[in-house]
Amino acid sequence: MNNSPYFLKPASVQSVMLRVLAALIPGIAVYVWFFGAAILVQIGLASAAALVAEAIMLKLRGKPLALFLTDGSALVTAWLIALTFPSIAPWWLTVLGTLIAIVVAKHLYGGLGQNPFNPAMVAFALMIVAYPQLMSQWPAVGATEFATQLDAIFGFRHLDAMAMATPLDALRTALHTAEAKATVAGVLGENAAVGNIGGKGWEWIGAGYLLGGVWLVQQRIITWHMPVAFLATLFAVAGLFSLIDNAQFAGPLFHVFTGGAMLGAFFIVTDPVSGATTPKGKLIFAAGVALLTWVIRTFGAYPDGIAFAVLLMNIAVPLIDMYTQPAVFGHKNGEHS
Amino acid sequence: MSMLHRLFNFHGGVKPAYNKEASTQQPIAVSPAPTFLVIPLHQSIGGTPRPLVQAGDKVLKGQRIGEADGNVSSAVHASTSGTVTAVEMRLMPHTSGLPALCVVIEPDGRDEWITRTPFDYRNATPTQTRDYLRDAGVVGLGGAVFPSHLKLNPGKSGKLDTLVINGAECEPFITCDDVLMRERAEATVKGIAIMREMLAAGRVLVGIEDNKPEAIAAMEKAVAGEKDMAVIVVPTRYPAGGAKQLIRVLTGIEVPHGKRSTDYGVQCFNVGTAYAIYEAIALGQPLVSRIVTVAGNVEKARNYEVLFGTPMADLIALCDAKPDTDRLIMGGPMMGVRMPADSVPVVKATNCVLVGSPILFPPPPPEMPCIRCGECAKACPADLQPFELYWFSRAKIFGKAQEYNLFDCIECGCCAYVCPSHIPLVDYYRFAKSEIWAREKEKEAADEARVRYEFRLFREEREKEEKAARLAAKTAAGREKAAAALASVDQPTTTPEEDAKKALIAAALERAKAQKADAAPQNTEQLTSEQQAEIAAIEARRAEIREMAKPHLPPDN
Ligand code: SF4
Ligand code: SF4
Repeated sequence: MNNSPYFLKPASVQSVMLRVLAALIPGIAVYVWFFGAAILVQIGLASAAALVAEAIMLKLRGKPLALFLTDGSALVTAWLIALTFPSIAPWWLTVLGTLIAIVVAKHLYGGLGQNPFNPAMVAFALMIVAYPQLMSQWPAVGATEFATQLDAIFGFRHLDAMAMATPLDALRTALHTAEAKATVAGVLGENAAVGNIGGKGWEWIGAGYLLGGVWLVQQRIITWHMPVAFLATLFAVAGLFSLIDNAQFAGPLFHVFTGGAMLGAFFIVTDPVSGATTPKGKLIFAAGVALLTWVIRTFGAYPDGIAFAVLLMNIAVPLIDMYTQPAVFGHKNGEHS
Repeated sequence: MSMLHRLFNFHGGVKPAYNKEASTQQPIAVSPAPTFLVIPLHQSIGGTPRPLVQAGDKVLKGQRIGEADGNVSSAVHASTSGTVTAVEMRLMPHTSGLPALCVVIEPDGRDEWITRTPFDYRNATPTQTRDYLRDAGVVGLGGAVFPSHLKLNPGKSGKLDTLVINGAECEPFITCDDVLMRERAEATVKGIAIMREMLAAGRVLVGIEDNKPEAIAAMEKAVAGEKDMAVIVVPTRYPAGGAKQLIRVLTGIEVPHGKRSTDYGVQCFNVGTAYAIYEAIALGQPLVSRIVTVAGNVEKARNYEVLFGTPMADLIALCDAKPDTDRLIMGGPMMGVRMPADSVPVVKATNCVLVGSPILFPPPPPEMPCIRCGECAKACPADLQPFELYWFSRAKIFGKAQEYNLFDCIECGCCAYVCPSHIPLVDYYRFAKSEIWAREKEKEAADEARVRYEFRLFREEREKEEKAARLAAKTAAGREKAAAALASVDQPTTTPEEDAKKALIAAALERAKAQKADAAPQNTEQLTSEQQAEIAAIEARRAEIREMAKPHLPPDN
């Protein structure tokens, strides 16, 4: 027996998730253009691992398999893992990360809709703590030959020659190790792999994510609050510090276009399940992630800080939501019935 | 008279398919009197009217058959002339499938009116006019059936800034207000003018959604001669026709939950109510019929002028329901209630009989967990966070649900309509609300302990007397005397008023008994009839909602 309303808008979790995946495609295409097709292999690996893990966990938890396996949520997690891990990481690193995300971060917390932490970011954080070396090996621009990349992924050959640090990583290493002799201009200018804004290649991938992200806003899958608050905060804090000392602190454009910033702004921070839900809460949450990201990028020990920043802010979500409840109809002047 | 008027926005809302064309192709038709009219006595908010007739009585059209029970109540009339064949419990147009006291009339086919005298409200006191309207059975015809006379009171200040007339009609399929405004604009505006005079309202704003161009044109023509009365075209978006939403759109005022809108200088009536007031005052006709839209899974959707008490089956027979029809819904697809049978009567609250089929209203796709996407919050016109309410209701953390303003929820269904996880959110709110009501009732009942105690003493006394009477009956000599004693105990002399009350008590008890004993709260034996009736109704709602919520609740249920 069903009660009013008797008809529903044609919407489903699946259509939401599929559109998120579709929005990632422009960024992925640019990625392939600059860094080769290895990322597609990683996406495939992560997707397969995610679906298998999802199926097993659903079975164990006695949930309807067909309904949940096709909801697309595991694929979104898988793709985000593939896109945040180095594309020439060994295959088992990606698979292990994915398993942790799906089994531990998602299902052990109660499955779809229940996880307090962003599963992809849990995977990233654990892997970078456990395998800092492997998680920092990114393909050099131009080292896009597919066969060589495959060799790296499946471990037939170890190819240090084709790997290099990301611009963010390069910058942090230089500033932290060269007895403070290096400057931002020095590092970013000297490094052949670094482009003009966010590092060669990276700013274009960022632009791809931006494009997909704007489409998601237009599709009403996400609201503008989080991406705008995230990027604006990151831009503002990076801008402020680079104004104070542009030798030690990278500029705002570099920060918003490098590493996972654009991916984070539109696809990671915006994860509905583990993020804040009220309009004001979304602004606070995303701004908090941006601030922490900048702090970790600048002073921390890891190349990119988004994962840790997201996880830290995830902890604060219940509080943020509680204190940012919007006024309900008729109570907007602080009245109470 | 149209004019440039600043509109305000309300948060949320949805734009479902409107499906209003089918029933507006033809003018209003008159639905013929059925073989039997089944007229429920309780057709409005407030007390149940006392029956004034009994089986065998001849009645005229418009004759009062139920007298308002106090001021928060509204009279009920015979919808045509004929003979009362019974005053008995019949199935009501409510999902619960509970019966209530109805007057059954067999029409004589003459449709003979009582003498109709227009009411000279200009030479009557406001109280007299309100009493007249109460006795004419005029209630809000937008669906809420709140007695209109109670709202026709400007309040402390003695005047009102704005009278809002609701012609928005935002629910899909329903077009009864649309056709009313198209065909009876003049009379409706006359009704509005009477209301405005009673309320001493400064200006009148008639809000109509922009998808009703004919109604807008007709109403604009009709208000042309009126001072400070304007038709305001509002954007089509469900639930723009919710009273609070329309007041907000037209005036910018938000009337909080539980507050009287007159305290904010505004009052809102449905166009159908305005027309009913015109008929009652200007023509001397009490409310005996209304316009009802029949739409959905029918060959010939149309609006009918229907006598109250007409079984819905008779009405839809005029429209050729398609063979795969699987349900009747009273109201629209967003807020309507499912009928327990097609024999239930059309009542004052029946704005639409929506005929459903599995194709028109397919069963919802399987429910998924909430992904906190916030779609529901974006759609909620009450600015609530529906998923938080869902979470608290589901986990039965009712205190928290109330803290998150559960009772501000108007059950409009927008949240459930947009939810990508297909969660029947409104079912959860109904469940939580009824649980909270029931708990509050139980608490109140406990507070009545002293009264009950006294009642028990009285009962024990009576039982003693009965015992004595029975004992006496055993002795041959005392037989006659005992019979007399028994009679005096069992059938105490009563006034007709008490008789009616007894019928009500019996009805309430009957209903209470119909409910599973395990659902009944303790200590309900010696309550007043009102309490019993109320508890029975609440229990019924609870049981019903439990049933509805069962598939969604955690396994411990
Ligand atoms: S729309 Fe449904 S899934 Fe989305 S937050 Fe609301 S209840 Fe949860
Ligand atoms: S049913 Fe209640 S919670 Fe849902 S949208 Fe309407 S008012 Fe908001």
